[in-house]
Amino acid sequence: MTLRQAQDDMALRQAQDDKVCLRLDGVSKRFGSLSVLDDVSITIRTGERCGIIGPNGAGKSTLFNIIAGELPLSRGSVRFLGNDVTRVSAHTRARRGMARTFQTTTLFPRLTVIENLVLALQAHSAERFTMLVPRSRYRARDHEARALLERVGLGPRADALVDALGYGEKRQIEILLALAQRPKLLLLDEPTAGLAPSDASLVTEMLKREHAGLTMVLIEHDMGVVFDVVERLTVLHYGRVVADGPVEAIRADANVQEIYLGGKV
Amino acid sequence: MGLQFYVQNALGGLAYGSLLFLIASGLTLIFGLMRIINLAQTAFYLLGAYVGLTLVAHGTNFWLASVAGGAVTMVLGLAVYSAFLHRYHADHLTSLLLTLGFALILDDGVLAVWGGDPRSIAPPPGLAGSIHIGTLVFPEYWLAVIAISFTIAAVLFFALQRTMLGVMIRASVDDEEMARGLGVDVNRAFFVVFAAGAFIAGLGGLLGGPITSAYPGLDGEITPLAFAVVIVGGMGSLTGALVGSLLIGLVNAFGKAMFPELSYFTIFVPVALIMAFRPQGLFGRKL
Amino acid sequence: MSVGRRWIVAAAAGFVVALLLPRLGVPTFYVSLLTQTWIFAIVAMSLDLLVGFTGLVNFSQAALFGVGAYAVAIGATRFHVTAFVPVMALGIVCAMVTAAIFGLVALRSEGVGFIIITIALNEIVWGLAYQWVSVSGGDNGITGIVRPHVGPFDVSENTGYYYVCLLSFAICLVLLLVLVRSPFGLVLKGVRETPRRMRALGYNVWLYRYLAMTISGGFAGVAGVLFAWYNQFVGPVALSLDQSTQILIIVILGGIGTLYGQVFGALVVVFLSNELSAVTQRWEMVLGVIYFAVVMYAPGGLVVLVPRLWNRLLGRRTPVTAEES
Repeated sequence: MTLRQAQDDMALRQAQDDKVCLRLDGVSKRFGSLSVLDDVSITIRTGERCGIIGPNGAGKSTLFNIIAGELPLSRGSVRFLGNDVTRVSAHTRARRGMARTFQTTTLFPRLTVIENLVLALQAHSAERFTMLVPRSRYRARDHEARALLERVGLGPRADALVDALGYGEKRQIEILLALAQRPKLLLLDEPTAGLAPSDASLVTEMLKREHAGLTMVLIEHDMGVVFDVVERLTVLHYGRVVADGPVEAIRADANVQEIYLGGKV
Repeated sequence: MGLQFYVQNALGGLAYGSLLFLIASGLTLIFGLMRIINLAQTAFYLLGAYVGLTLVAHGTNFWLASVAGGAVTMVLGLAVYSAFLHRYHADHLTSLLLTLGFALILDDGVLAVWGGDPRSIAPPPGLAGSIHIGTLVFPEYWLAVIAISFTIAAVLFFALQRTMLGVMIRASVDDEEMARGLGVDVNRAFFVVFAAGAFIAGLGGLLGGPITSAYPGLDGEITPLAFAVVIVGGMGSLTGALVGSLLIGLVNAFGKAMFPELSYFTIFVPVALIMAFRPQGLFGRKL
Repeated sequence: MSVGRRWIVAAAAGFVVALLLPRLGVPTFYVSLLTQTWIFAIVAMSLDLLVGFTGLVNFSQAALFGVGAYAVAIGATRFHVTAFVPVMALGIVCAMVTAAIFGLVALRSEGVGFIIITIALNEIVWGLAYQWVSVSGGDNGITGIVRPHVGPFDVSENTGYYYVCLLSFAICLVLLLVLVRSPFGLVLKGVRETPRRMRALGYNVWLYRYLAMTISGGFAGVAGVLFAWYNQFVGPVALSLDQSTQILIIVILGGIGTLYGQVFGALVVVFLSNELSAVTQRWEMVLGVIYFAVVMYAPGGLVVLVPRLWNRLLGRRTPVTAEES
């Protein structure tokens, strides 16, 4: 490749990157001799809502941990908003605009709901290093947090300990925390896991209502939720991408029905 | 510094290292299996020594008294385990704090019963002499201690690798959830390992007596060395405990002989380096 | 009266009582024990910042405490630095630097690994103090430390020194209370609760733990400096593993994550070790049993237990507070 070609190539990539939020290139992950992800390449454009589905053990959660930077990958690269973040730590990725939720609720149980949200809200502000000014001087943060809670109808629970919340409420906070980070990319790991249908629809509504233009990647078992929220689906099977396309196309794909949907959709 | 110097210190170091293994093996297994740091482990050693020396003073055979020291320690350890510790199995901090409290009580109990004077312990008759080869002198008892510790190590390895119980224990160490799921009686594995750890440490007490003697505070002196072993070898690894014990024993002996003013340093600087660059130890998995 | 107000009134009342105690004819011996109590409360609070607010169980706190104490001794006997402010600054800086180095090594591990490494780190420093005789005086320690003048006040006698320690304690308590209530303090609690989520929110968990350790080291240094002046002597016992354990015991007894509770923890340990040892040689066992009971039955510490017992005595029901639930 000549220098000129290389420059063209870079310029082209740059132009594409402007619209690309997340690009995985040949991502592979092995645990010892076990291959969990094999050459996974996915490109997610800004504003896209993408779902990742696949049977248990397909490597969905591992893929999420790699995107978020919690697990090192064995091969391949991760680009986020035009930058290579393959070797960038989880917290730096978060600071650059990635937010995630967890399949098993991962909140701060012995802090109040407000405090949980304030932690998310102040993550990008200088006050996170303020040591000698009490938090009572930062009323604006608390108001901001309260406003977020009001919007999803959890206002009355603001001062309860998260530990004391019901499961459905915890799942809502789980997502609210990620939204409070004002992310450029939201990674949702089974947001409705373990929820009763009524609570699940609450979460779905929340996702649809909030931030219509937000780029979103969703792992989900509940097909109802998936079809309701996302526009595009990627199907993982034994660590490989076996199908990728608009929801309708994937629904119709006989191969996908075979391996995952059991032919019932 | 001639040959005599090196051989003497090497042998002394190996003998001391063998004793450390008797303490550290329990420490590392209990940790590997239950994630409990048993801060009472060296107090077990001290208790075993006192029980043993009392029995010897009343005419009991030395070896029998060692085993009895181990047995008494084991019973006490299991009582504490069953009464208190097992309830906090999932709560590592509370378990640690309880073993700390127990060590405190045990220490003071030992002081109350046996008083504060150091007790020297004679090697058993028949092993009190030395073997002379040329100008080199080998105390027979040191050789015996090394042999006994290696035998115990071999038994432990065999038990872990070849018996059904050992397989269960190793499975529980690897993945407790999975082991429970597969029907392994994890609680029984805990019980057995805690018992074995206490027994071996207690047994070590009288065996080590002729080398370390027994006095209040001895346990506090051994604790850092035992932890050094576990750091060097890697938490949860029996191989690591064996290699680590011998290494620390040797470094301790040569350090004391060559740099008396900084002997502590000669042990803990390598330990610090391992902590900094290989926190999981030589044989351990990542913590 | 709001709960916050009531606390301020109670704290102020306690402080006034503490101020008056030496004037109320309390024997010198007890004034001296109370002085020790303030010193140990400071170092226990410094550890509580780590255990109770950051989730780090540090067994090397005595090393930091001891480094502060040795800094005083070596500064005074070799370099003739004896004035209050320079010595205090020296002690704090030495302890913070030590803590910063410890953090680099120990924070490569978490949880139980962290505990074991801090045990070893404490032993390294103890070994230095014990064996590097030419610098530390070895087992004999360093004598001949003279208490300083504080401005125009001569605090070399016990009552004056009592006030130095009491005020130092009050300042440390206020600083730490502000710290744990600051946005930074909230971050530490987040790190204590769920480090994984903190990373996902964009916090550099390692950095916060590191800062907490270094800050905590500074407070431990303050206590160490006061301790050296108090005894006018420093020996390796001050930074032994036993000392680290004792500091942790104070924190557990007082109440993890309470800060002010450490006063009660320190009171129990100091008075048991001095008073009870006159009555029975078995004071350590008594302490061990009390400690054991607190860990088992009152994990919130004495600050939770005492009001509960008091209420029960008066036949009242205990209100369940947020901290307990």
